Amino acid sequence: MTHTPFPMRRRLVVIGNGMAGMRTVEELLARAPGRYDITVFGAEPHVNYNRIMLSPLLSGEKTFADIVINDRAWYTDNGITLHAGDPVVAIDRANRVVRSASGVEAPYECLLLATGSDPIIIPVPGHTLPGVITFRDVADVDAMLAAAARGGRAVVIGGGLLGLEAAVGLKARGMEVTVLHLAGHLMERQIDVSAGWLLAEDLKRRGLDVRLEADTAEIVGIDRVEGVRLKDDTMIAADVVVMAVGIRPNARLARDSGLAVNRGVVVDDLMATSDPAILAVGECVEHRGVCHGLVAPLWDMARVCADRLAGLDTSGYEPAATSTKLKVTGVDLFSAGDFQGGPDCEDIVFRDAGRGVYKRIVLRDGKLAGAVLYGDATDGAWYFQLLREGADVGALRDTLAFGQAYAGGAQANPSAAVAALPDTAEICGCNGVCKGTIVTAITTQGLTTLDEVKAHTKAAGSCGSCSGLVEHLLAHTLGEGYEAQAVKPVCGCTDHDHDSVRRLIAAKGLKSIPAVMQGLEWKTPDGCHTCRPALNYYLLAAWPGEYEDHAASRFINERVHANIQKDGTFSVIPRMWGGLTNPRELRAIADVAERYAIPTLKVTGGQRIDLLGVRKEDLPAVWADLNAAGMVSGHAYGKSLRTVKTCVGNEWCRFGTQASMEMGVQLERMTWGSWTPHKFKMAVSGCPRNCAEATIKDFGVVATDGGWDLHVGGNGGIHVRATDLLCKVTTAEEVIEYCGAFMQLYREEGRYLERTAPWLERVGLAHIQARVVDDAENRRLLFGRFMASQRHAQSDPWAERAAGKEAHEFTPIPITRQAAE
Amino acid sequence: MDQTLIWLDIGTLDDIPRQGSRVLHRDGGLVPIAVFRTVDDQVFALEDRCPHKGGPLSDGIVHGHRVTCPLHNWVIDLATGGATGPDEGCAGSIPVEVRRGRVVVALTPRSTGGGCHG
Repeated sequence: MTHTPFPMRRRLVVIGNGMAGMRTVEELLARAPGRYDITVFGAEPHVNYNRIMLSPLLSGEKTFADIVINDRAWYTDNGITLHAGDPVVAIDRANRVVRSASGVEAPYECLLLATGSDPIIIPVPGHTLPGVITFRDVADVDAMLAAAARGGRAVVIGGGLLGLEAAVGLKARGMEVTVLHLAGHLMERQIDVSAGWLLAEDLKRRGLDVRLEADTAEIVGIDRVEGVRLKDDTMIAADVVVMAVGIRPNARLARDSGLAVNRGVVVDDLMATSDPAILAVGECVEHRGVCHGLVAPLWDMARVCADRLAGLDTSGYEPAATSTKLKVTGVDLFSAGDFQGGPDCEDIVFRDAGRGVYKRIVLRDGKLAGAVLYGDATDGAWYFQLLREGADVGALRDTLAFGQAYAGGAQANPSAAVAALPDTAEICGCNGVCKGTIVTAITTQGLTTLDEVKAHTKAAGSCGSCSGLVEHLLAHTLGEGYEAQAVKPVCGCTDHDHDSVRRLIAAKGLKSIPAVMQGLEWKTPDGCHTCRPALNYYLLAAWPGEYEDHAASRFINERVHANIQKDGTFSVIPRMWGGLTNPRELRAIADVAERYAIPTLKVTGGQRIDLLGVRKEDLPAVWADLNAAGMVSGHAYGKSLRTVKTCVGNEWCRFGTQASMEMGVQLERMTWGSWTPHKFKMAVSGCPRNCAEATIKDFGVVATDGGWDLHVGGNGGIHVRATDLLCKVTTAEEVIEYCGAFMQLYREEGRYLERTAPWLERVGLAHIQARVVDDAENRRLLFGRFMASQRHAQSDPWAERAAGKEAHEFTPIPITRQAAE
Repeated sequence: MDQTLIWLDIGTLDDIPRQGSRVLHRDGGLVPIAVFRTVDDQVFALEDRCPHKGGPLSDGIVHGHRVTCPLHNWVIDLATGGATGPDEGCAGSIPVEVRRGRVVVALTPRSTGGGCHG
């Protein structure tokens, strides 16, 4: 008797019951149902669930049942044997059989590895303490929920996608949450600095404590977690610590089985490992040197793998651009492709301060290379589509940042796009003014300027960021009859002028350079050499003691407290109060000059000694030696108080009427260290002969028989300008108060790089006299603000740098080793 | 990749301040190399000498993918070393890469005085 042999079904064993493994099985069942006997081993005691939805599970927006992808019935209906909670511990490749932790043995003809990834644990001291958890699976969520039920404080280490979702979830569950992030901005793998800043601000508003550049030194606790200590010795109390610093492929089993493994299990384009009977998909694999952690590549791999298992033709796995969204309710964030740009790339930046929107579109060769959207991600899918299609977007370029709605050919420039807006479109977000209201006001009231529109409609009257739109509307409505007002912007990075920037920094409470650039809709990612130093000064002046000076936004001289010379060396000028010195200081200067082979010593016009030709690397040591002799930085490099020049006065001079040296020293002690819009020089003469040349200084004091004449607004530069007489005073105390008040008024009103002379000519002497001389109360307030600011300004920068602050500035990169190829 | 290049490991990205730079000295009287890190964490390297008057570009303000020379405000494109705007000239561009978080530079310039490319 003969019979046709029953074709034995092939046995497929899947190690891993997660998203990649089960998606492959789903795809396979759709292509070739019944082709395999399928056995699945999963380490977790659950059916297959959507790991991406762990965040809403944590926050309570979803239940476990909501996030299950395939329930028990699906396994049964498809004849799949599931061993949940029973991980495979060994693969016997010679005999093609796997063995589980509980001892189950399953033979295979084909094996699929889908072991996923493990959370990275930073091996800091204390990382094994109870209370340290990761955020990777349902058990982690259960541990976090148990901790949240007890209340208290949580620290999340890692401000990436996963860490932030964990932090927001724990906050939603009522914990006090601190996020520690090593990098300078959140989610730096997915978004750029500007979007990262907006995100941090949003999260802070939600009550999260976000700390950047926070490097964990250890997790503290005896029996369980009690807190986290940072490398700068900050202690943060914690009842639970969540480590969410990243994932690494789980390739242990593959490695133990002798498969080729680098960071992940090495696969070819057809998802085959080094053993042709074993395929691998998902986060455990390494394809062309890259490991993937997002879901889209997993789906692509699953399709290729299923084609392969089903015996179908496949083009193989080809990595495609990926996109990311942060799954935090109320935060609208999208990132795709090469969002950082680079050489050969062009950035289009769009900011809408009123709505907190930031968009950055990166173009390369006329095609979309990447995008970051924050605050309004509605066009994310559209940009992503353009990106994946490799579409030529040259024709859309001018309106690309406005999104799909403006992508029609009819509105190919922003002005036309504004013209095409419906009458109901909101132009001014601050005051809720629509286009129709503005156009009606222009036509019925005969308005012709931006200021008139502001006055009549309040549009552009608050933050001013819609001024450009309003001007477009004026131009469109009035046609040829309209000429835009000549405002001189700070630089090409913005449409705002200096006064408007200063006003808005105060009005909108902007306290950092990224905040100003976002709030005032800067057109470049990080400004330029013109606007950044100006913003740094305006922020310092507006928020003394609160704003942290930004070294990278300062000109080199202010960054290294010395003056750069034509050959790249520096000149160093120690402070000599009122131009006075003594043998000890002179000896120290002579010693320093010899010790560091400083080629030139010169007496300056401001009565100081200049050491010229100091090598940059020597600066900290030179300062340390000068400090040791009691000398501090002379600020000869700064937009700041430079020098107070004096004559000898009545202590020695037979004509002297007042103690000008003493007055000079007193003024210099009060004003040193203050930052001003431009350099600020003073002088004190002991009699009207004026040997200290006080009448070409920013603030000049000339002694008379009856008291002191106070002169302002002088300049000895290209355009010599003699001072104007501010007023006459009688006492030394008055000189001090008027000086501080005048300097403060200049600090508050002067435009960056505008000396007192052009400032005075711009606002008029009467304006200054009204505020400093006539109004005693205002003078007192100005003086008070000056002295308050000085409390934070008067620390010797040389001493800080000699002690090692930001030493990288002076230390060349040490040549250590040749790079591994 | 050019076979003749010698790649030197100069440390991690964080060794270079963001919107700033570090200097790498070379033997044999060669101009030092300035290694820049931009706001978006891209790394570029140029010969540390402005094509205008030889100013140390490493002391300039870094903005976008450009640096402004501290001496006379020439703005140099970090990717090519070329002067932007109306100015003409080129600071030698040095190959630099970030490999697994390590910054590596080649000690030989991509082009020496032969104008700017790209």
